Amino acid sequence: MYKYFAKTHECIAVDNNKAKLTITDHALQELGDVVYVELPKLDQEVKKGDAIIVVESVKAASDVYAPVSGKVVELNTKAIEDPSIINDRESGDSWFIIIDMSDPSECDSLLSEEEYKKTLD
Amino acid sequence: MQKFTHRHIGPSVKDAQEMLKLLGYESLDSLINDAVPDVIRYKQSLTIPEGTNEHQALKELSSMFSDVPQAQSLIGQGYHNTYVPSAILRNLFENPGWYTSYTPYQSEISQGRLELLFYYQTLVCELTGLDIANASLLDEGTAIAEAVTLAFRKHRERRTKIVTVNALHPQNVQVLNTRCTQIGLELSDDPSLLSEEVIAIVIQRPDTYGAIENFDDVIQNARRLGCLVIIVADPMSLLLMDAPARMGADIVVGSMQRYGVPMGNGGPHAAYMAVDKELARLLPGRLVGQSRDANGRPAYRLTLQTREQHIRREKATSNICTAQALLANMAVAYAIWHGPKGLIAIAQRIHTLTKRFARSLEAGAYKIATQHYFDTLTVRVADAYAIAEKAEKTGLLLRVIDPKNIALSFDETCTQDTLRMLADVFSIPLAQAPTQELANEATKETTKETIRGSEDVANYARDEITDSTGGSMLNYGARGEDFLSQAPFHLNKSETSFMRFLRELVNKDLALDRSMIPLGSCTMKLNAAVEMIPVSWPQIANVHPFAPSKYRKGYMRMLSQLEEWLCEITGFSKVSFQPNSGSQGEYAGLLAIKTYFAQKGETNRKLCLIPESAHGTNPASAQMAGMDIMVVKCDTHGNVSLDDLRNKATEHKERLAALMITYPSTHGVFESDIVDICKLIHDCGGQVYLDGANLNSMVGLARPADIGADVCHMNLHKTFCIPHGGGGPGVGPIGVATHLAEFLPSTGEEIGNTRREKNVHDSSINETKELRIASAPYGSASILPISWMYIRLLGGDGLTEATQYAILNANYLSCLLNEYFPVLYKGNAGLVAHECVLDTRVVRETSGVTVQDIAKRLIDYGFHAPTMSWPVVGTLMLEPTESEPRQELDRFIAALRDIRKEIDLIEQGQWDKSNNPLKNAPHTIETVMSDTYSLPYSRSIASAQTQNYAKYWPPVERIDDVQGDRNLVCSCPPLTSYT
Repeated sequence: MYKYFAKTHECIAVDNNKAKLTITDHALQELGDVVYVELPKLDQEVKKGDAIIVVESVKAASDVYAPVSGKVVELNTKAIEDPSIINDRESGDSWFIIIDMSDPSECDSLLSEEEYKKTLD
Repeated sequence: MQKFTHRHIGPSVKDAQEMLKLLGYESLDSLINDAVPDVIRYKQSLTIPEGTNEHQALKELSSMFSDVPQAQSLIGQGYHNTYVPSAILRNLFENPGWYTSYTPYQSEISQGRLELLFYYQTLVCELTGLDIANASLLDEGTAIAEAVTLAFRKHRERRTKIVTVNALHPQNVQVLNTRCTQIGLELSDDPSLLSEEVIAIVIQRPDTYGAIENFDDVIQNARRLGCLVIIVADPMSLLLMDAPARMGADIVVGSMQRYGVPMGNGGPHAAYMAVDKELARLLPGRLVGQSRDANGRPAYRLTLQTREQHIRREKATSNICTAQALLANMAVAYAIWHGPKGLIAIAQRIHTLTKRFARSLEAGAYKIATQHYFDTLTVRVADAYAIAEKAEKTGLLLRVIDPKNIALSFDETCTQDTLRMLADVFSIPLAQAPTQELANEATKETTKETIRGSEDVANYARDEITDSTGGSMLNYGARGEDFLSQAPFHLNKSETSFMRFLRELVNKDLALDRSMIPLGSCTMKLNAAVEMIPVSWPQIANVHPFAPSKYRKGYMRMLSQLEEWLCEITGFSKVSFQPNSGSQGEYAGLLAIKTYFAQKGETNRKLCLIPESAHGTNPASAQMAGMDIMVVKCDTHGNVSLDDLRNKATEHKERLAALMITYPSTHGVFESDIVDICKLIHDCGGQVYLDGANLNSMVGLARPADIGADVCHMNLHKTFCIPHGGGGPGVGPIGVATHLAEFLPSTGEEIGNTRREKNVHDSSINETKELRIASAPYGSASILPISWMYIRLLGGDGLTEATQYAILNANYLSCLLNEYFPVLYKGNAGLVAHECVLDTRVVRETSGVTVQDIAKRLIDYGFHAPTMSWPVVGTLMLEPTESEPRQELDRFIAALRDIRKEIDLIEQGQWDKSNNPLKNAPHTIETVMSDTYSLPYSRSIASAQTQNYAKYWPPVERIDDVQGDRNLVCSCPPLTSYT
């Protein structure tokens, strides 16, 4: 498993071809308490850079962009029922979807955690 | 008799001298010379008559209306006569506690109007049968357009067609046409064209001719194809119909005007919108929700604010901001006053009158085009104009549909006399009253006994159930016993109870009648009583917007003078009064620019440059106008980055359409660069849109047109004294330079005469290409006399003096508050314009106190917080306006001084960082007086103002925003859910 980061504050944990998508700690801190999550459809094909998820807090509504292309193979339905689990990093449920990547080499253009943190300065 | 200027201006001349001395100036003129850059100064005096006293101003305005003939309108077309219950007129509409409050963003001090708006949403949900209703939109036409764009977004902008199933009111078609065209949506009125490319179908019930038809098949077909179903419904007719949700509607919109809000030559009135809960997140406008406060008590707040354009900006699909809160509250107060039975009785009576006249016409061998109807009949006649003329002579106004068809609409003010007069016009005998009960009712009228709210009347029409024409048609029994069963609609019906009900609500709120509301960018100045008086005059209130021009000539005189004055103030050559809010003004202005370029064949010019510091409505309006948006950076002083602007304007000069810029900047500073900025844009072939939100700092001192703007909107509800009404009405006319004059919104005077209209099945869609921003030709016309009065009272010199005092007051605050919280931006000579931004971020790290804590603590001190975290996160933006006396400014300064001392104590460790008067603010009387009071500071510190008998006590403690957004509750549960 390896983590990749996008400048637009997404983060994927990659296991084989599967990318589990969430947003970075920094993005979560900026948003505050998440009150609503809108996920794409299961089996939907997504393209790198598409706005595929909406996350709302009391003060902001943010789009989450697909960091890689592929097919949506799993949805975290718990996040729809109780959006607060996105804020709970310890729960193991702080993620949105799993993408089956169509082109894993797209990960090469993403950032490492260290590189991402530098973009925040 | 004294002129009015020094009633309007707060500080006395002596106060002003002392304030100036403190700022280091000898005179007001020398302060202004330093504050306002010479390059933008208007060096002449405004050519506006000298100000006068209030009696003279009232007399002059009144005389403009004195020779206007009076007539009873039966024109209908979305506007109807109504009785405003006097208890509502006096206790709500004419009560400054209600009309001078601001939009309820600070929910703890807005519980009264939030609660009443919550009931309004409940009323709309009950009428429509849908789950979620917002707290009003601007008018019916724009509400339909908003419904269509909502549906567009629901389909993720993949579908592009809209089908209108039957005949909408002409003004609705025009607004819809204007809005759809800009974003590339195609309108059609042929239901046979339904397909999977269609976003939504739109049905108006009754249609513009008064017909109620059964469209079950079309609706089923639409739903099968995944099209959303939008129904535009007259809420009075809904009292006798099944809820549209049961017919399959996803979205229902309409005008609440006839619920006790006068026609007012077109506005203001509240439009309603209700949606299925699946669409809640796409709902435009403000939505009141229930949450709880820190003590766990139920409390109201504006919910799901992330939908709003100040957060979504260019991603927003709606620019609606100001709505019609005051009018929505009047409408729900009307419903509460009458109660469900009373409302249904009014609707039944209207229908019974209509039916009696329909029978009379049929007996007289007239053909009625509308087989099923509620209140409107379209009648086939030999010469519609001759009938209309004859009616006018008896004092009735009818609607000519075309030379062979005439329409008439009945309303709650119609009587048996109206029927008798009409019978004469059509030269027919009046048919017998259909039932004995109706005859009884006629007797009652002659004995001047009120019928509204009377149970007898509710009973009399029960017989009329035979009129029912099937499931989804008109049916007197359509609304069962559980309709509006919620407690607020079943108050004791005495006026004593009603008066106290309203008083109890308004007591919870902080409005200008209690304290300064120093909201930056909102200009909460005095709304003088004398300026409000004309709004209630019958000659202003009871005018139909499409009445023949001679019935509107008083208005036309007043408007033309007001236009002349506003042109003088802004330097423009023409003004359109149609936009009924600032954001509608932005939209109208951008469309004028877009159409101008289209006319010149430069259709590629679609790029709109918007500084990142702009109001959120700017990008939202540009998006709706179908423009491409590019954001321009600002420098550390909050000024537009000239370099970035030059690069972007030059690089994209081929497609540059406009720059939208706020002046003075949203940071409250007069930027000297503005003239160069305008020149740069013009050199690149673009136009300059000036956002006039901050016009209060310019009147008489600088003119937008002279600086280089081509178009500018004026928030008459800020600079020109129209009150904010707790979140509307607003008015946002635009002024334009000569070259844009012909591209202003159409006033559609031809619609008034309806001579261009076609028959029921003729296509009227796509026929007109004229721009229409709002339903009514002159928008919210009936509140324009407020601005007329203001300008007439102050005159050119008084207006200029008011601006000078606005700048003086802001600089006085800036100078004295800088010691406690640094002023973030300053212009020339360290001065600000009419507002200033205080930086509170300095205390966050040392004490944990946030800007929100300071805002809520100000409530304990009896103040409405300044604008929070805008335009910079962690700051407070203050705009005192010229109307606040020095004593009030000093009281505010003292409050912030004391709060700063409290923060010192937290910094020094005397109070816990999470348990202190700021974190726990605001404090209710319940907490402070509690027998188990246990806060680690005294009760007198908690309440902040123990010596003041007029202290404002907030009704709730701090409200839990997260709870409210996670658990959406936007209407009262029906009574049954309690049992």
